[in-house]
Amino acid sequence: MPRVRAWFYRLLGLFRKKQRDTEMAEEFRQHVDLLTERNIAAGMSAKEARNAALREFGGVEQIKETAREQRVWRWADEFFQDVRFGARMLVRTPGFSILAILCLTLGIGTNAAVLSWIEGILIRPYPLVQHQDRMFALVGKTRGVQEHNGLSFPDFVDFEKNSTLFESFIVDQITGTTLSVGDRGEVATLGIVTANYFDALGVRPILGRGFRPEEGTGRNAHPVVVVSYRTWRDRYNSDPQIIGKTQMLNGVQHTIIGVAPEKFHGTFVGYSFAFWVPVSMQETFDSTGYKLEDRGARWAEAYAFLKPGVSRRQAQAELNSIAQRLEHDYPDTNRGRGVELFPLWRTPFNQAGNMSPTLAISMAVVFLVLLIACANVSNLLLARSLLRRHEMTMRLALGAGRRRLVKQLLTEGLLLSLIAAAGGIAVAYWCRNALVLSFPTPAAGIIIDFPGQIDWRVLAVSAAICIGSTLLFAVVPAIHASHVDLSNALKTEAGGVLSGSSRSRLRSALVLVQISLSFVLLAGTVLLLQSLNKIRNASPGFNTDVIACNVDLGSAGYKLDRGKIFTTELFDRVRTLPGAQSVTLARVVPFGYAVFSSAPIEVEGYQPPPNEQPTVSYYEVGEDYFATLGIAIVSGREFLRSDDESAPAAAIINETMAAKYWPAKNALGQRVKVKDKWMQIVGIAKNANYRTKIETPMPFFYVPLRQNFISVRNNLLIRTRETPGAIMQSLAREIHALDAALAPGVPYRLQEQVDRVSYSQRLAVTLVGLFGAMALFLAAIGLYAVISYSVAQGTRELGLRMALGAGVKDLLRLVMSRGLRLTIAGIIIGALAALMLTRLMDNLLYKVSPRDPFAFGTAFVILFVVAFIACFLPALRATRIDPVKALRV
Amino acid sequence: MAKEKPDLVYGTLDMLILKALQDDPRHGLGIADRIHQMSKDILHVEQGSLYPALYRLEAQGLIKAEWGVSDNNRKARYYKLTAAGRKQLAAEQQHWSHITKGIDLVLSGA
Repeated sequence: MPRVRAWFYRLLGLFRKKQRDTEMAEEFRQHVDLLTERNIAAGMSAKEARNAALREFGGVEQIKETAREQRVWRWADEFFQDVRFGARMLVRTPGFSILAILCLTLGIGTNAAVLSWIEGILIRPYPLVQHQDRMFALVGKTRGVQEHNGLSFPDFVDFEKNSTLFESFIVDQITGTTLSVGDRGEVATLGIVTANYFDALGVRPILGRGFRPEEGTGRNAHPVVVVSYRTWRDRYNSDPQIIGKTQMLNGVQHTIIGVAPEKFHGTFVGYSFAFWVPVSMQETFDSTGYKLEDRGARWAEAYAFLKPGVSRRQAQAELNSIAQRLEHDYPDTNRGRGVELFPLWRTPFNQAGNMSPTLAISMAVVFLVLLIACANVSNLLLARSLLRRHEMTMRLALGAGRRRLVKQLLTEGLLLSLIAAAGGIAVAYWCRNALVLSFPTPAAGIIIDFPGQIDWRVLAVSAAICIGSTLLFAVVPAIHASHVDLSNALKTEAGGVLSGSSRSRLRSALVLVQISLSFVLLAGTVLLLQSLNKIRNASPGFNTDVIACNVDLGSAGYKLDRGKIFTTELFDRVRTLPGAQSVTLARVVPFGYAVFSSAPIEVEGYQPPPNEQPTVSYYEVGEDYFATLGIAIVSGREFLRSDDESAPAAAIINETMAAKYWPAKNALGQRVKVKDKWMQIVGIAKNANYRTKIETPMPFFYVPLRQNFISVRNNLLIRTRETPGAIMQSLAREIHALDAALAPGVPYRLQEQVDRVSYSQRLAVTLVGLFGAMALFLAAIGLYAVISYSVAQGTRELGLRMALGAGVKDLLRLVMSRGLRLTIAGIIIGALAALMLTRLMDNLLYKVSPRDPFAFGTAFVILFVVAFIACFLPALRATRIDPVKALRV
Repeated sequence: MAKEKPDLVYGTLDMLILKALQDDPRHGLGIADRIHQMSKDILHVEQGSLYPALYRLEAQGLIKAEWGVSDNNRKARYYKLTAAGRKQLAAEQQHWSHITKGIDLVLSGA
């Protein structure tokens, strides 16, 4: 108990310091007075008595000090002293303080903002969805094959039925739907989902209800739809009576049964959904036919929620054993098939998977910014430590303990970094809003939801890094001081003009370090920026100026045979349109929502490894497809008009497929069996991208649309100089000439579709560009600060030289040559280091060599210019001052 | 006095102060006087160690200080034993006699 009391008492003592000090003084005075009286009584004179009393009492101040130590914590007392002193020091050198705080603030703040943003996308990509930590993407795999695909629905059901470690399984297949609005067909994003979708996600519709279990069953039996909040607001004017009304989707009347909450955009990174229908309606929305009972059709994109406490490994093991059983039970479709759980941020079938390389680069750049900030501050502190060496020796000479000195410097560093951390929080807070302003405008149909919340863990880590490095370097002057021989040091520091060579050597070392560090960081940043630019400008492998237009005959009730006639006629009409240079048809638009066909194949003369069933994606295209899209045919020929129903079945494969299945011979003329039909390979086409810009090349083939007319929903692809708007006029005319009741789709350039898919990447490019620029800026001011600091320190020397008769030109030449020699040396060291270090980030780079001369050149130019200015300005200033004054400094 | 062997066995000053305050509250000089007197002029407390000790004891809550008026009408800070102080004194006294008995035995046994 007494201990607690004492503790409290001391705490109080901290705050009542002044009062207690006066009390103490009073008490001592009384004591001395009493002694004096006693002495007078003993016969001394008044003066003698007082002197004797004072003598007896001893050193008042010393007693006071010892007594005070009993009263408050000495360290706390000193701490406040240090804080006051530190604040005074910071105010006295405003340039240093502002620079240091600015660097740290930017470093901490932007780090926190960007990392939170990234973390939001990676870890919690779906607003309102519960338990995203237990949510995993369920991805279909084929043994021995790199790429992934969807699950067949019967497999999905079997996994759901036979597993025990999972809470729920959902399918969420993105697709487009045509809404008929007036005389125009409008396309909206729609999700085909299992009936448990909203329940499993924990998302409650704000109006109406989600799907009932029975609505997930029966072929096209339940035309019901849940609409998104935005759709409800924009399309139905927030109609409170919306439930029970109908909406025509792909030509089928759907009853609206629910409205999703405002923040819920679905479970597909990069797109926000307008409608959700139960999986029973799959055939209506998938132009490639009914698949719910087809074990060979791998289309479903699925997620699974693990039960709490179940690890991914355990869950995966269970899935593997189920997959093995399925393989055994259904060898024809499931040989070599498996599934894999992916964390959400690696989901291969949405933008999350596409984004992770970009996000990794962003993180690297942001981390570089933080690093530069830390390096700047450290160097500033080191530079200042040189200045304060005299102060430190003086303090030591006056009897300050070394521990006390270290403590004081630590306090100063702490003060600095705390101010910066506070500023960093403000910047982070401001950034997360301001960043959104700098984002490129999303393409139509995309809503990116920004989490907009600062992740405090991220903030704490960035702040901790900054504070740690600041404290570390803040102590340096003290360490320095403790190695100094006092009397010597005092002499040289005070009187020396061209002072100790060790001092200038240290200064040079600082500049060298800063330059070489900056070089490495700059070169790295430029490399990353180049990669991002390359990703952004990467060609998808086809001409993106081509205009696409959806021709949806399904909504108008066309069946396959009539649809085929109509499509052929329309195609012939559009070909003759003035301005149409080349026209073709395709069931699916590359980079679009719709799913490519995919089927197990048999390759003549190719023996697949046991346990492997080769499955390849393909798609149905019209004649002149390759000419229109500008995809080169490497050998063989393009599809022709003559590749029709009566001609032998033909296929064109891409280079990857040729290399994979016919490694040793020419694939041309070989045969491949797809869905019980042997096709002859008539051409080999260059690889193009199909879904994203950064996908790894995969085997792929094309079949003629006329021989494989499987859907009444196709796309016209037109290469023309006209604008989509102009094309729309003539298209509508041609379509209405054939069927006055048909609503033509809205034409758009393929580039739009590509932009939509790569929006998140463009976003990251913008961000990284921003932060790369910031890294450059920080590195530049850091460099400037250190160089100018060191030049300014030589002022006295310059003054002396001036006094001895040196002219301004001589001095400038001296300073510049010294500074630039250092700069060149630093750049050389930095370049060597960069050559070794940038290799480490090879896997972050996209088609950029880690030794790219442009990056190194840019770093060189920037550093040289900054160093030049940093030497020149302070040197100029130094030559302007009065030599006499300079000598007195 | 100065530079001689310390008058007091190290660590006993606190106990002596508590003992000096056992009956009446006293001010600083009074405490020093009292110890001097009780020890029959053997022990002399230096002010330099007296006041730190007083503040330490006060911080520990063993004694309490308040301003009062001395015999000759002077303002003075009077220290007085708290309940905790009294307990502490008893404990230390017992401990001390125990130790000294032991030391006596060792010394007389020689």
